[in-house]
Amino acid sequence: MRRYLTRKMITYVLAFFVGVTLDWGIPRLMPGDPIQAMLSKFSLQSASYTAQYDAFAKTFGTNLPLWQQYLNYWKGLFTGNLGLSVWAPPAKVTSLVFGALPYTLALLIPAIVLSYFVGNRLGAAAARRKWLDNSVLPIGYIFQAMPYAWLALIVPYLFGVVWHIFPTSKPYAQGLLPAWDWTFISSLLYHWFLPFLTLFIVSLGGWAIGMRNLVIYELENDSSRYMRALGAKERVVRRYAYRNASLPQLSGLALALGVVVGGNIVTEIAFQYPGLGQLIFNAVTNNDYFLLQGIFIFIVIGVLIANFVIDLVYVAVDPRTRLSMQGATA
Amino acid sequence: MSDAVSEARHTPESPDPAAEALDSSLDLTTGQTTESVTVASSTVAAATQLVAPVAGVSVGQVSGVMLGRKRGDFVYYGLRNKKLIFGLGLELVFVLAALIGPIIAKYNPNALVGPGLTHPNGTYWLGTDNLGRDVFSQMVNGTRESYLVGALGAVSASVVGMALGFIAGWRGGILDEIIQMLTNILVMIPSLVLLIVIGAYLPSRSILFEGVFIGLTTWPWVARAVRAQTFSLRSREFVDIAKLSGKRPLSIIVKEIAPNMASYLFLVIILLFGSSMLLAASYDFLGIGPTNVMSLGTMMNNANQNAALFFHLWWWFIPPGVVLTGMVAALLVANVGLDEVFNPKLREQ
Repeated sequence: MRRYLTRKMITYVLAFFVGVTLDWGIPRLMPGDPIQAMLSKFSLQSASYTAQYDAFAKTFGTNLPLWQQYLNYWKGLFTGNLGLSVWAPPAKVTSLVFGALPYTLALLIPAIVLSYFVGNRLGAAAARRKWLDNSVLPIGYIFQAMPYAWLALIVPYLFGVVWHIFPTSKPYAQGLLPAWDWTFISSLLYHWFLPFLTLFIVSLGGWAIGMRNLVIYELENDSSRYMRALGAKERVVRRYAYRNASLPQLSGLALALGVVVGGNIVTEIAFQYPGLGQLIFNAVTNNDYFLLQGIFIFIVIGVLIANFVIDLVYVAVDPRTRLSMQGATA
Repeated sequence: MSDAVSEARHTPESPDPAAEALDSSLDLTTGQTTESVTVASSTVAAATQLVAPVAGVSVGQVSGVMLGRKRGDFVYYGLRNKKLIFGLGLELVFVLAALIGPIIAKYNPNALVGPGLTHPNGTYWLGTDNLGRDVFSQMVNGTRESYLVGALGAVSASVVGMALGFIAGWRGGILDEIIQMLTNILVMIPSLVLLIVIGAYLPSRSILFEGVFIGLTTWPWVARAVRAQTFSLRSREFVDIAKLSGKRPLSIIVKEIAPNMASYLFLVIILLFGSSMLLAASYDFLGIGPTNVMSLGTMMNNANQNAALFFHLWWWFIPPGVVLTGMVAALLVANVGLDEVFNPKLREQ
């Protein structure tokens, strides 16, 4: 389906456009003046205040007409110039974001992928097996009902403060310097585990329950009944049911991304993990609007890329989309 | 609940073939509504369960069965469904706590009423926080705020989602394309990050703002589901008859189409209610929730900010989470029970 892909691409381009426009527009639509807010931190005399204000307005380009500002914003985006951070003065927004990005990705990607696979397997196993179902289902619901924020408090409390098994904050032991040796890497992994576990647990229940219900539905389907009537083993019927049920789960994964990214921010802040979540928190508490805007647009781009990857996987997994792309009528 | 159900029964029934035909129409429907299956699997991810089966039911059940018997069926199965009874019962406990709690609780949640960081005791049932505020009073008050935000979020999401979903599904064509594009785009913009950016510029925020914001970012789930259902219902005979009889589109949607997805919509709204409460807790935890409101998320935020973990101040951050988990889990369980009541295929075999 060429149409399918074009539609997808148009959606992505438009979503990016909307994201950038929101990012540009929110600070300008909101009440209050960011520059004024920033300057209010330094107690300046009125003469030097106006001088400073004009200087800032000039550097940030806020003295230009709006359309010009908008175009400049796009230009800055494509040339990788998102401005300077106010919170960490000489640093560029882009370098701060790229510094935090690895931590966020190291948490998000394993948590998303593992919880998706483990959850799906668990759910499929639980479907129509009484004893497993009776344990997976209630636990799944409880996990699903847990607020991210609370889990991000309870997990470090139990594993760190009460049982002393894992460290509860920071990315690596204090006093260590980043290096490619075993001490550093093991410390990194050791500190990584709990925030990862939190994110993993939160998503697990949802996937398990979703898969369980879909597989039950598929097992009662006409195609499954037909296979049984043909004498197929239950194991084979289940395998096909699982494959069919995987498709909606996969699109569900794309839709859940935004929620997981939000959960990641909460988790990072609770664990003081120096990823984008922590950075955005610092940006907010320090009124660093350039940094805030920079992170927002990076997260939007990240979610769009992840969506695109899932789309590609979907095409690879679902033969119908491929067939129709070759022009056959599926 | 019974309102939504009984409404569904007031539909002019089209003379439909019996059970066998119902089965095949089921498959047809699910074939058409794969998109809605997708949607629900992540509303709160559990939603998957409701869409695939219920989609079939709400469309399939249009078949001509006596009105009274159907309604009786739902009550019959509802009263015998352990999940529904358990979920509703548990939820009722929390609702009562939210209603009566503030009367029992002796203190104002924001008032400094005693020494700071007291362990739970006879006077301060759940101890006090660092400033000497009563944790129990904060908690029952927080339960109220959670329900309020959840309701606001669910209602605003349903209003917007249903309006756009009905329009897209009924009109089709270019309008449908535009609305679908809009929902697809909105789904990809992470709402928490958006609220952080907006919140950073707002000096103060209200509960109404938080609830409506949540609704305005979650309506795509409703819109997609409603659109898919409307799309498959609008070509059914009873809708044709209504059109021929000269009814106006609005009245057809309200009287013919909406009742047929009432049970299904009801389930989606319950899930939205739960997820709105969870989202609000995240916002409050980050300190971008309503200003000067003591909600469950705010309590967790206060505890986290004051290193409650490391001083073993468990009474400060464990109770709000337990309560919120219970509130949402009860909704989820009741939701599964309701699903089984509405959909014969899911009942215990």
